Amino acid sequence: MALYVALCYYDRDKYWTSSPEAEHSPEYMEFARRATEAGVMRGGEALHPVTMSTTITVSGGEGGDVLLVDGPYAEAKEVLGGYFLLETADLDEAIAWAVQIPAAWQGKIELRPIAPVHA
Amino acid sequence: MDATDALVEVLKDEGPRVLATLARTIGDLAVAEDALSEATITALDAWPRTGIPDNPRAWLTVVARRKALDQLRRESARTAKETAAFRWGTEPAPDQIEDAIEAMEPESSLRDDMLRLIFTCCHPALGREARVALSLRTLARLEVPAIARAFLVPEATMAKRLVRARAKIATARVPYAVPSDTELPGRLAAVLAVVYLIATEAHAPTGGDAVTRVDLEAEAIRLARLLAGLMPDETEALSLLALLLLTSARTRARTDADGNPVTLADQDRTRWNRTAIDEGLAWLSEAVARSGGVAGPYQIQAHLAAAHSTALSWQDTDWDRIVGLYDLLGSITVSPVVALNRAVAVTERDGPEAGLSALKSIDGLEYSHLWHAALADSLRRLGRTSDAAGELHTAVTLAPSEVEQRLLQGRLQAIRSELG
Repeated sequence: MALYVALCYYDRDKYWTSSPEAEHSPEYMEFARRATEAGVMRGGEALHPVTMSTTITVSGGEGGDVLLVDGPYAEAKEVLGGYFLLETADLDEAIAWAVQIPAAWQGKIELRPIAPVHA
Repeated sequence: MDATDALVEVLKDEGPRVLATLARTIGDLAVAEDALSEATITALDAWPRTGIPDNPRAWLTVVARRKALDQLRRESARTAKETAAFRWGTEPAPDQIEDAIEAMEPESSLRDDMLRLIFTCCHPALGREARVALSLRTLARLEVPAIARAFLVPEATMAKRLVRARAKIATARVPYAVPSDTELPGRLAAVLAVVYLIATEAHAPTGGDAVTRVDLEAEAIRLARLLAGLMPDETEALSLLALLLLTSARTRARTDADGNPVTLADQDRTRWNRTAIDEGLAWLSEAVARSGGVAGPYQIQAHLAAAHSTALSWQDTDWDRIVGLYDLLGSITVSPVVALNRAVAVTERDGPEAGLSALKSIDGLEYSHLWHAALADSLRRLGRTSDAAGELHTAVTLAPSEVEQRLLQGRLQAIRSELG
């Protein structure tokens, strides 16, 4: 089995003040229910809008000066609104689930394999 | 064809089959690839001395499997002593080949393995360039330098592209599987598109001074043949093979004695390859018979190629049928290039006035040398010679390759001499 994160991106302008997932729309709840029932969903959260973000940089290495900036890191057209963790046999199966997430038609989904961390 | 060519042909035909099964049994495409490469080197060394074995696939399978196991052992935690105990000689003993033939999978299973390999290499999760590169390397067994040359990129760039593609297959777990029935149409289209892209690069090279890249053309046909053989019920696969064969029949006539391109209108049709035309027509009728009246884009293009291939001359061409086929093609794939070709056919069927208005109604080709060249042709026929010269001048500046620039430059000179 392989673990993927489905990152849900939305148009920045539309997402500026409200996030579809933050509202916990019935569509999302329905997707989460189906994916959980199928044993595919390993987690997932909605993120508050990027206006709530704080971007942090520590300059000069660990323990250095902390620089805080209001807002997101990248001035991208699309912003991250939430994510799902999906565990499937392969990429095709993950894609088959990802296309059912509303972000796929409301915005875009980036499906990325997770590199396991070995403690 | 000398002995080495014969060897290479066998390796190209059998290589992908060996690889397909090996990739499934080993479970790692990259390891299987490396193993087959090593086995190929061994074969190129041994076969000139021993002759091509009776069953080259079995021979390659034995050697490649051994190399793959070797590598897996090297990677695993086994001790060097254990590994050494497993090492055999490089060439298989006759009884080992016997065993391999016996253990060989039935044809149907090999077919599935080949399909798995093809659908993996052409998975839409891989970039277009990656799919083309992987297909040429994995399915057509082209060496990296040859692929790099074909696409005019440095060898290191092509090698990196292949490494990245294989890494994505492994890390993102692109499945080594035949797509499900619901996914198949879309996935098959992606596979055919890769072959079509290779053929397009062969017929309109983006660089270099060849009119046709004969090497790439042969690879595209080899791949199309492979697909048609594996999926005889997929009529678009059969149609693509028909299209490529019919197009390749004209390759010899596309270049004159000085290496300059000759357009279809001016080609010496006695130089067309009749064998390729006949084979193309046979595949096309097979596709038509199986498609139940529903023609896909490749079938329509094959019909177009066939209409040209069977015409005695440019003048004698059935332009009414050609315009009709372009109308049909335009109704399923909206493309300004299709509209352009249709307008050229309209010029031949209805005259330059109608052709000119058809050309002018196309949007989005302002930067296409072909559009300006077609406009020039209609204008010239209408007697508007100086307007035609202007369009040809634009066409020359927009032409993407030296070869096409030369062709258009020649026409421009001819028209300027008419102007006096």
